[in-house]
Amino acid sequence: MDADILVVDDSAAIRKILQRVLRQTGMAIRTIYEAGDGQEALDLLKSQNVDLVLTDINMPRMDGLQLLGALKASPQWRQVPVVMITTEGGETKVGEAVKLGAAGYVRKPFTADQIKEKLVGILQPVPLL
Amino acid sequence: MNIEPILVPAIRKAVAEVFSTMLQVEVVEGERGIESSTPDTNDGVVSFIGLTGAWAGTGSLACSPALACRICAQMLMTEATSVNEEVLDAVAELTNMIVGSVKNDLEGHVGPLGLSIPTVVFGRNFRTKSAGSSEWVVMRFHWQDDILVVKMCLAPRGKNLHVVAHAPAPACAVDVKI
Repeated sequence: MDADILVVDDSAAIRKILQRVLRQTGMAIRTIYEAGDGQEALDLLKSQNVDLVLTDINMPRMDGLQLLGALKASPQWRQVPVVMITTEGGETKVGEAVKLGAAGYVRKPFTADQIKEKLVGILQPVPLL
Repeated sequence: MNIEPILVPAIRKAVAEVFSTMLQVEVVEGERGIESSTPDTNDGVVSFIGLTGAWAGTGSLACSPALACRICAQMLMTEATSVNEEVLDAVAELTNMIVGSVKNDLEGHVGPLGLSIPTVVFGRNFRTKSAGSSEWVVMRFHWQDDILVVKMCLAPRGKNLHVVAHAPAPACAVDVKI
């Protein structure tokens, strides 16, 4: 099944790079939606189903942690995996994201291989024996 | 604590990593030094990110309009012939990644730090001024003939409150040949 992915980042440059990098991974992706912050992402999710959310942490208006919290508190969206993509390498914000239920994180700067490695296991989990 | 011996290798590593990963380019380190807070006149693109925690400061990148366009073109695999919103956004994101990477290294020495959202200024004959007496670690990196200047200052909070103020000349659109 081809996946629909939502990319959330206040930087149009990073959204553009992620569009390209996600296509380069060779993963089965149908549509890549974009949002400029957490609130825009929540608004978009009212009308679109997605299989994965890839979000920055530091964003104006509603940041990635607030978005993650809102998704995990929603019966409709709590099962959707959320991967944080951030310059934050420290344990504070990443640890908070994990506590809130993030499926993983990718640190900026990133390569296509790092994105693929993180997302393949989440979008195509190994079946349990 | 003298922060310079920590900042210099952290900046060097961050610039090399971000340029090689996001732009597939190797940059060459040039001169480095210490600058006082004396305001200097700028032409081109300058971006800033604030750092705050037990220590506070600012990270800054400065480059010519031509280099800003080149960075954007290489990073986004697009054409950029003048400094537009996309170019400024690419420079802002580059700053975010470089200063963010330095921040991650610094946290082992000075404790957790917060990172502000980047601000990018583009114009001619404008000055940037920092309130406080902090000194800036200044490092230059060459990408062929173009020069990227990375500046950072960091001081214990309360000792040197660090604020960046801009006194811009009217911004002007400049067509750039690259």
